[in-house]
Amino acid sequence: MKHKKVNYSKWGYIFILPFFVCFFIFSFIPLLDTIRYSFYEYYRSGLKEIGPTFIGLENYKSLLQSDMLKYAANTFILWIIGFIPQIVIALLLASWFVDARMKIRGKQFFKVVIYLPNLIMASAFAMLFFAIFAKTGPINGILESIGVIQKPIDFMRTTLGTRSLIGIMNFLMWFGNTTIMLMAAIMGISPDIFEASELDGCNSRQRFFRITLPLIRPILAYTLITSIIGGLQMYDVPQILTNGQGSPDRTSMTLIMFLNSHLKSRNYGMAGALSVYLFIVSAILCFIVYRMLNPKEESR
Amino acid sequence: MDTNKKPSHARIIFAYILLIILTFLCLFFFYILVVNATRSHSQLLRGFSALPGGYFLKNFMNVANDGTFPMIRGLVNSLIVSGCSAAICTYFSALTAYGLYAYDFKLKKAAFTFIMAILVMPTQVTAMGFLRLITKMGMYDSLLPLIIPSIASPAVFYFMYSYLQSSLPLSLVEAARIDGCREFGTFNRIVLPIMKPAIAVQAIFTFVGSWNNYFVPALIIQSKDKMTVPILIATLRGADYMNQDLGKVYMMIFVAIIPIVVIYLLLSKYIIAGVTLGGVKE
Repeated sequence: MKHKKVNYSKWGYIFILPFFVCFFIFSFIPLLDTIRYSFYEYYRSGLKEIGPTFIGLENYKSLLQSDMLKYAANTFILWIIGFIPQIVIALLLASWFVDARMKIRGKQFFKVVIYLPNLIMASAFAMLFFAIFAKTGPINGILESIGVIQKPIDFMRTTLGTRSLIGIMNFLMWFGNTTIMLMAAIMGISPDIFEASELDGCNSRQRFFRITLPLIRPILAYTLITSIIGGLQMYDVPQILTNGQGSPDRTSMTLIMFLNSHLKSRNYGMAGALSVYLFIVSAILCFIVYRMLNPKEESR
Repeated sequence: MDTNKKPSHARIIFAYILLIILTFLCLFFFYILVVNATRSHSQLLRGFSALPGGYFLKNFMNVANDGTFPMIRGLVNSLIVSGCSAAICTYFSALTAYGLYAYDFKLKKAAFTFIMAILVMPTQVTAMGFLRLITKMGMYDSLLPLIIPSIASPAVFYFMYSYLQSSLPLSLVEAARIDGCREFGTFNRIVLPIMKPAIAVQAIFTFVGSWNNYFVPALIIQSKDKMTVPILIATLRGADYMNQDLGKVYMMIFVAIIPIVVIYLLLSKYIIAGVTLGGVKE
């Protein structure tokens, strides 16, 4: 009997082996390689390859002096203008959908509609926005014909216009997802608590701020952190909308677009250092998510 | 007191107005897309019309026969990559989850902790090393590097693991063993069928994620006949927009987006239910 148990544990290793082999080859080795070359001067200039020469932390320093911090700020701005309406609307919708006394009709229909943009190809969605918000596109046409504007607006020539479009797209793509997550969270609250609050004469505003919000705080925090991680990776929408230029004047250039431009020009040293910066930030965020999903660990 | 029990009319009206605005926002852009995909270039230049035109087939044929943007080829490539990714990702994630759930071994806890730690790690941070590795392995400009890495998907694993916890009693595994079932046989013939709902949901999400993926494929794919749909869309954006046949532009976006919309509308019930299943557990 004992012998058999040892045999079984072998199968555990066999079953998880493909995952770990695959992770080791396609993620871990690339990570080490990325970190290693971040300390080297290594790029291609024309057809000539320069380096690799060990230069210590030079890449990291020159990144700090480059526009990296500006791009980090851009990424943050683009994320926040999508995230604030996203979380506010999602909270409102989730609390309405769950509230039996609101008797919202067609709940299933609304859920299907608001989740739809989440599955849309971000690059095609951005291309669609580029086409319909073009100076000669349908949006300008509609606005002109109903007399809201006299002259067509060139949305993508202004910083505000471009950033707003990216924000709107991110908002549309993510608010449905967040609504459904928050709905599940609110439905997880025991109905007894709501009943008790009602007996105590709680109105709906008090109920929302004093009961619902505090009780779904863990999921709100989880939504926030995963959204920050998603925001850090923002790439498809601004890349396609601005054709990789981050125009106007690189005000909508994100960190991953910056990384992509280094990768495309084969500047391995700089791309490596930028990746390591991103890795450190995401490792911290990963750690927070890990703590949230394993709350037992905290008591140790 | 009555106001405490029933929400006021104003609030309900406000709720419906907001919902209608949001529904409008979500559907309006797709409506424009569908209408414009049915109109010719000259019609589109004349301005927007709310009614569809009769050029749908013509635009579609133009897209299908365009050599500079091999859209049909791209759709096939995307279908291959997404289909294979969804299949191997769900199979191996289920296998990994079962291995960690049903067996006891020394490194079990360490392995689980490790996967949880990398759960939300962005793939972009290893992109540079990945690109170099793929080049060294001779897989640059092929579809394989877009498929194989999906074997290790921590998020899908976590979903499968949660599902196993809630729906696979270990006594069932014991019973299979007593009946003489081998370990792989138990997994393939008993555990996989039980996991069908979880596999279906995750297969859809992996398929869609892979279908929409742009960053990594754009780094790896070079030749036109291997491009996936998002790369073709990017090429379209990079081309001189003003000299494009607009009907064709809208049709390309249409064929990139609509397959997923159709799948979604058919399966929306399961997809929406699946969104929260793998989320945080309280």
